[in-house]
Amino acid sequence: MIKNSAAEMAESLASGATTSVALTQAHLDQISKVDGKVHAFLHVDSQGALEQAAQVDAARSRGEKLGPLAGVPLALKDVLVQKGVPTTCGSKILEGWRPPYDATVVTNLKNAGVVILGKTNMDEFAMGSSTENSAYGPTHNPWDLTRIPGGSGGGSAAALAAFEAPLAIGTDTGGSIRQPAAVTGTVGVKPTYGGVSRYGLVAFSSSLDQAGPCARTVLDTALLHEVIAGFDPRDSTSINAPVPQVVAAAKNGDVKAMKIGVVKELNGDGYQAGVRQRFEESLELLAKAGAEIVEVSAPNFEYALAAYYLIAPSECSSNLARFDAMRYGIRVGDSDGASAESVMNLTREVGFGREVKRRILLGTYALSSGYYDAYYGSAQKVRTLITQDFNNAFEKCDVMVSPTCPTTAFKIGEKANDPLAMYLNDIATIPVNMAGIGGMSLPCGVAPEDGLPVGFQIMSPVMQDQRMYSVGAALEAALLSQWGAPLLSQAPSLGGAA
Amino acid sequence: MSALTYDDVMAKYEPVLGLEVHVELNTHSKMFCGCSTIFGAEPNTQTCPVCLALPGALPVVNEKAIESTILIGLALNCSIAPFSRFARKNYFYPDMPKNFQISQYDEPICVNGYVDVEIDTDEGPQSFRIEIERVHMEEDTGKSLHVGGSTGRIHGADYSLLDYNRAGIPLVEIVTKIVPGTGKYAPEVAKAYVAELRDILRSLGVSDVKMEQGSLRCDANVSLRLIGSDVLGTRSETKNVNSLRSVERAVRGEMIRHAELLNDGKKVKQETRHFQEDTGLTRSGRSKEQAEDYRYFPEPDLVPVAPDAKWIETLRAGLPERPSLRRKRLQEQWSVPDKEMAAMINADVLNIVEETVLLGADPTKARSWWLGEISRLANEKEVAISELAITANDVAEIVSLVAQGELTDKLARQVVEGVIAGEGSPAQVIASRGIKVVNDDGALMAAIEKVCSEQSETADKVRNGHLPAAGALIGAVMKETKGQADAARVRELLLGHLGQA
Repeated sequence: MIKNSAAEMAESLASGATTSVALTQAHLDQISKVDGKVHAFLHVDSQGALEQAAQVDAARSRGEKLGPLAGVPLALKDVLVQKGVPTTCGSKILEGWRPPYDATVVTNLKNAGVVILGKTNMDEFAMGSSTENSAYGPTHNPWDLTRIPGGSGGGSAAALAAFEAPLAIGTDTGGSIRQPAAVTGTVGVKPTYGGVSRYGLVAFSSSLDQAGPCARTVLDTALLHEVIAGFDPRDSTSINAPVPQVVAAAKNGDVKAMKIGVVKELNGDGYQAGVRQRFEESLELLAKAGAEIVEVSAPNFEYALAAYYLIAPSECSSNLARFDAMRYGIRVGDSDGASAESVMNLTREVGFGREVKRRILLGTYALSSGYYDAYYGSAQKVRTLITQDFNNAFEKCDVMVSPTCPTTAFKIGEKANDPLAMYLNDIATIPVNMAGIGGMSLPCGVAPEDGLPVGFQIMSPVMQDQRMYSVGAALEAALLSQWGAPLLSQAPSLGGAA
Repeated sequence: MSALTYDDVMAKYEPVLGLEVHVELNTHSKMFCGCSTIFGAEPNTQTCPVCLALPGALPVVNEKAIESTILIGLALNCSIAPFSRFARKNYFYPDMPKNFQISQYDEPICVNGYVDVEIDTDEGPQSFRIEIERVHMEEDTGKSLHVGGSTGRIHGADYSLLDYNRAGIPLVEIVTKIVPGTGKYAPEVAKAYVAELRDILRSLGVSDVKMEQGSLRCDANVSLRLIGSDVLGTRSETKNVNSLRSVERAVRGEMIRHAELLNDGKKVKQETRHFQEDTGLTRSGRSKEQAEDYRYFPEPDLVPVAPDAKWIETLRAGLPERPSLRRKRLQEQWSVPDKEMAAMINADVLNIVEETVLLGADPTKARSWWLGEISRLANEKEVAISELAITANDVAEIVSLVAQGELTDKLARQVVEGVIAGEGSPAQVIASRGIKVVNDDGALMAAIEKVCSEQSETADKVRNGHLPAAGALIGAVMKETKGQADAARVRELLLGHLGQA
């Protein structure tokens, strides 16, 4: 039952073949079995989940009209606040904090009857590409427990790949949904910036952060997308427009007459051979399905990484200033006569990890008077140029595509002491955040040389998210008919997997 | 250090002013969340995830606050920016929950305005133009209460308490350009400017403008330069200036302090100073010599403010008359002497007097009722005039009854007293108290004859043309008729009786 897609689970629930309580219990059992090895979860809310499931079952038995995902369990990235449930963002500094309010995404999930199993592991404050920066220990990739599950949303992706949940929420600032999806053989979507409310998403970089849906199939992702998306008056940057029809697009999966632009700059040198091979094969499948493949160029993408590492740290240096021990989280050094300033300093010293401190320092420096124009100011100009690159390219194609990551999952510890090598992982995903457009990663096979999943990235213009779902669904269908079974069936069993 | 007089300072130096005024808007909700803004609530009862800066919470701009700020900008003759942005001002302080303040930096909503203020100089009234550099929006901080220690300041305190009720209250900051050329009148100009702003803000209805409650706060920047020099001196910034009088005292005090330092060959430190109400002096606050780096950058959580041009024009069309111009107009229309005008403004009766006049009352009569008898009764009861149970309508009616001879001044006072005592409208008071004027000439003549025979010497003086002597006789007649006579009629009859009509 737990290996089914969310859509199939929803069907079983609707037909009465199973109950949400049973389905939720099955996933809680799987978590008990495998999470000791995977460590996808920071907190499992068994009681809350079962109560929520029972409510959905009761509502269903009363004949109430329920949403398409009502009763289906989900794993929530620990960067979104859920009332009464511990939220740490993978940081020591928030240890023990229970938010008094729900993020809008959480409210939307609850209203749709989606059952929240618990909070998933992540790089501290979403800063990282491997989930090794979690203060609570790394998450392991279910394909190979010695490897990283990507990051920052490694917990959500690993939970899907280990069948601990059929649905998950991630957040994507520079690739934190798409890169974990790519290296775990799952599907992840970063919607258009402003498409999903950020209210209750603990900010890393406000102008780049975007919550999005994660699942094992394109259709499941689309179903979840429509549950969480929509205008929110509590988020000033939220877009007041109808949600793109992504479920319809995922069901159709029609790419006939669509132009698919291959980004010249996001391929070639630095991309693993098996990654390139699977990407090229996918293009052929799309061409066979009726799409026209064109090459597009985005000359300014090469500056995206550098600009990103000025903008994101700048915003984070300010966003993370609120963690000062005054109102929530841990408090260090609050002894007799200690000043507020010394408590703030000691708490931040103890509470933040190395990568977070590195980025706070970088950002503080980049925003300082005398440096602002050269760093933050220039980075914003690069951002404009990247947006123009996308606009120009989208005049020649409907969606743009690239490999999601240059390589498959690397070993835990391999890049932990080399931040620049780590940052390069996001080279293909960052431009999407810089321009605020939509991006999807879906599995396109395993690399022959290491047997690890490869991600295929699809990028669509602002509020045209349905296009990436059309292309993703078409490719998924073509691949599935080739493979005969979902890619995850090739993943090694984790012992307890049913 | 030598003790300098103000004249010593002026003999050598020219003061340059810069004034920053913070105004708390009187919106019902905070700048970026829906929390209440009522003053004086229990600590931390008017807070929410947004103004407590809980992780994940986001600000949303209060549209009413934008409207109020635009109104202020228009009233101060500013241009309204078609596109402006919020920025984050980053610094750590426990009473600022986010450890940054959402403010405006290089793209404020209103720029380049001016206010003209008039003060009395040795050469008579003189007008000074204060140029406004910018008007921008920001949010207030919470309040720290330092417990223990002797000073109530953070140093030496045992612990501090934080109240976030004020955190996020909308603030508007009004910043002048540098103000040179005020010479020895700098302190008066500074005071007049703040007074003018206060009046304008009050007329717009956008703030309570209560300096003692902190809803209007002034920071006074003062520097001196040698007369004839065009190089600006080092400035000090005085905070905590909580009354109009303090603005004047603070500027004057800083001018003398700067001059003493400069005369002794010392440097003025660029620093924040705190005004002390008891001594009129300032004490050093934090030094600004190493300018704090606030790392301003555009607030990414808020979209830019782009007010519609039509909306701005609607607001402009609805602006009230500038209070100082209105005062001038009313003074002229009513022919009020300066002193009386000032008295009306001080007593805050200008609006109600105008209302009374608009109901048909004679301006002088209306003024003298509100400023005289009614003010006196308010003082006696220790309440504001606005709290008394008497309206402009009542006063207009009483003035009209007196003019028609239905009431004498003395009787009118009884009616006023009755209305204030809650006995009803003037007509009801007159009816229930049985008040009526004696206008029976026969009865009056009897009284006049009686008085003239009793005071025959005085009556003779009047007969001989010494008219001022009539006053005493009229007074006696009024007393005889228990004040129920019309004094004008008495005078007429008396003079006729004594051959002086």
